[in-house]
Amino acid sequence: MSKIKSLDELKKIREEAKNSTSLRTTGENPDRVVIKVGMATCGIAAGARVVMGALIDEIARLQLENVSVMATGCVGMCYAEPIVEVHTPGRGVIRYGNVSEKLARDIIEKHIVAGELLEDVIVGREA
Amino acid sequence: MDRFRMHILICGGTGCKASEADGVKAALRLSIEKNGMSREAQVVTTGCFGFCEQGPIVKVYPDNVFYVHVTEKDADLIVKEHVVKGRPVESLMFHDANDGASISEHRSMPFYQSQVRIALRNCGIIDPEKIDDYIALDGYQALAKVLTEMTPEETTKEIIDSGLRGRGGAGFPTGVKWETTRKAQDDKKYVVCNADEGDPGAFMDRSILEGDPHSVLEAMAIAGYAIGANEGVIYIRAEYPLAVERLNIAISQAEEYGLLGEDILGTGFSFKIRLNLGAGAFVCGEETALLNSIQGTRGEPRVKPPFPAQKGLWDKPTVINNVETYANVCPIINNGAEWFRKTGTDKCPGTKVFALAGKINNVGLVEVPMGIKLSDIVYKIGGGIRNAKKFKSLQTGGPSGGCISTENLDIEITYETLQSVGSMMGSGGMIVMDEDDCMVNIAKYYLDFTLEESCGKCTPCRVGNTRLYEMLDDITKGRGKMEYLDELEQLGEVIKDCSLCGLGQTAPNPVLSTLKYFRDEYEEHILHKRCPAKACKDLLRFFVIPEKCIGCTLCARNCPVSCISGDRKVVHEIDQSRCIKCGECFEKCPKEAIARE
Repeated sequence: MSKIKSLDELKKIREEAKNSTSLRTTGENPDRVVIKVGMATCGIAAGARVVMGALIDEIARLQLENVSVMATGCVGMCYAEPIVEVHTPGRGVIRYGNVSEKLARDIIEKHIVAGELLEDVIVGREA
Repeated sequence: MDRFRMHILICGGTGCKASEADGVKAALRLSIEKNGMSREAQVVTTGCFGFCEQGPIVKVYPDNVFYVHVTEKDADLIVKEHVVKGRPVESLMFHDANDGASISEHRSMPFYQSQVRIALRNCGIIDPEKIDDYIALDGYQALAKVLTEMTPEETTKEIIDSGLRGRGGAGFPTGVKWETTRKAQDDKKYVVCNADEGDPGAFMDRSILEGDPHSVLEAMAIAGYAIGANEGVIYIRAEYPLAVERLNIAISQAEEYGLLGEDILGTGFSFKIRLNLGAGAFVCGEETALLNSIQGTRGEPRVKPPFPAQKGLWDKPTVINNVETYANVCPIINNGAEWFRKTGTDKCPGTKVFALAGKINNVGLVEVPMGIKLSDIVYKIGGGIRNAKKFKSLQTGGPSGGCISTENLDIEITYETLQSVGSMMGSGGMIVMDEDDCMVNIAKYYLDFTLEESCGKCTPCRVGNTRLYEMLDDITKGRGKMEYLDELEQLGEVIKDCSLCGLGQTAPNPVLSTLKYFRDEYEEHILHKRCPAKACKDLLRFFVIPEKCIGCTLCARNCPVSCISGDRKVVHEIDQSRCIKCGECFEKCPKEAIARE
């Protein structure tokens, strides 16, 4: 550890440190958006782990403070795995199927940040 | 995956450590490794969650799932189900006492619903041994703000405007203390933190120091800047080894970052903090006795005035605040006095941390807004009385406080209202008593404590309290006289009036308040030699109800002094002259054939 010599340096350290605590602070936010990735055997076999890594990475890169990524079980649509669900408080659930690593990054950029649904790959909705 | 997707927090407070949280932590780490999750999930030690009754507590993020009573055996289940498969383990969640439903998130639990966390804001979220965790949650921003944007006058004014009052019990306005010390002219000034928490059952300060030590260090540095001091001392009990260890780690980390020490953040302001371990004398929680103890002299109170703000440590102007008071300072600086005033009442803004204990369902640490009703704490947060017994009394303020009866349960908590019903805020101990507690016995217990802890300097405290104790002892042993009641009251008032420090001035409170609200219990002891709560052993008598006794011999076999006679299928009898009133027969009898009176 080296000495912090100015307010700017303190702020820089805070931004870096936030990466490791954001998982917890976001978890405490009741209005957060929750992204669930199917991580049952079918999901993992289809590449869910890579998808989940991409989602987490993208959220950290864009410093989104109200989005949590969680693992969930099999929803029964094993043919469409990896499946990614976006739960927005008050706006229901959008379920995407056959999600690739690139698509995962698109979900964050388009759906979460810009608010545009990726209509072509939606495999289900819940109110 | 380059980043952890899950954090598994385990409580590292003294309470959960006592219920073997360390073993759970090791088991979780082992299981994570075994299941190949080392790069995805991280185990983090954190401070007290407050719900000590349910410990050890494990919290899983980002799902925000709260597991209770976790044992080493459960670690594998949590990792295999929750971490690997994303299926939270319902059987380990908190279950509602009324309908048995499982509750996964802490904020949906009645225990947490009425709480507002300011002083405990970081407890249970950050790792207290990592300064980066604290910085990530705006740590040291308040210190940076006052050093770069505010003058000492403005800093003090912000604290005055916030209306923050001393959380150690007396409720003196913190800002006024700072202002007086700031204005005092001297070449040297000190900032002292009173961490000599001694009330039986109280552990607010310990939890803050164990769970968020930097919040106290930062606030002390801010106080130093405000009053013009560059040295701080934390006076802490040696009986708090974990808090001492975490404080030492925190101080060295802050020094390495240059957030304590010379020329902080390049502003020219220097501040250093050292610890002073107390040997566990209760009276050293009194501020002037504490200062004497730091100086290496006897822990006896000084005459006030002069107040510490004028002549404190080494006779230099000194600001001395309690741990919880300091824990409120940084949020006030960061968010402003107006923000702080939105919580609590007009005269008592903010929150207060209470340690809930006694015959209550949810034992633990709670932070509630000032002005909340006592009944809300007992019934909503505390979940009511254990084993569906009847509420009798609430004791606040520790040995200095009083016992509050049912008719005053609806008062709104402030320093003044508690005083008006014969008790006091104190540092925040709150002990609930039910119908099985004898109020004379309770008063005797607290007096026994203060007797032991009185420093002996003032005669009314040293001798007067002894006389009070003797009278109470007589009453609980059936030797009491009616004139004792007036004598207790008179002597109690004299002790309060003629003692130098807070200890003597408040020691008779438990006696006076129980005399006021539970006089009938005293009279029952004296006039009828009967203890209504059946707690005073000397007034009790155990006997066999012949119609109910089936002669199973269980009582006779369990009697430690073999004073029960009777053969199989023959009614038994207790020899009163030899009975030691241990109650073993009463507990063991399967037919409720033993009565006590």
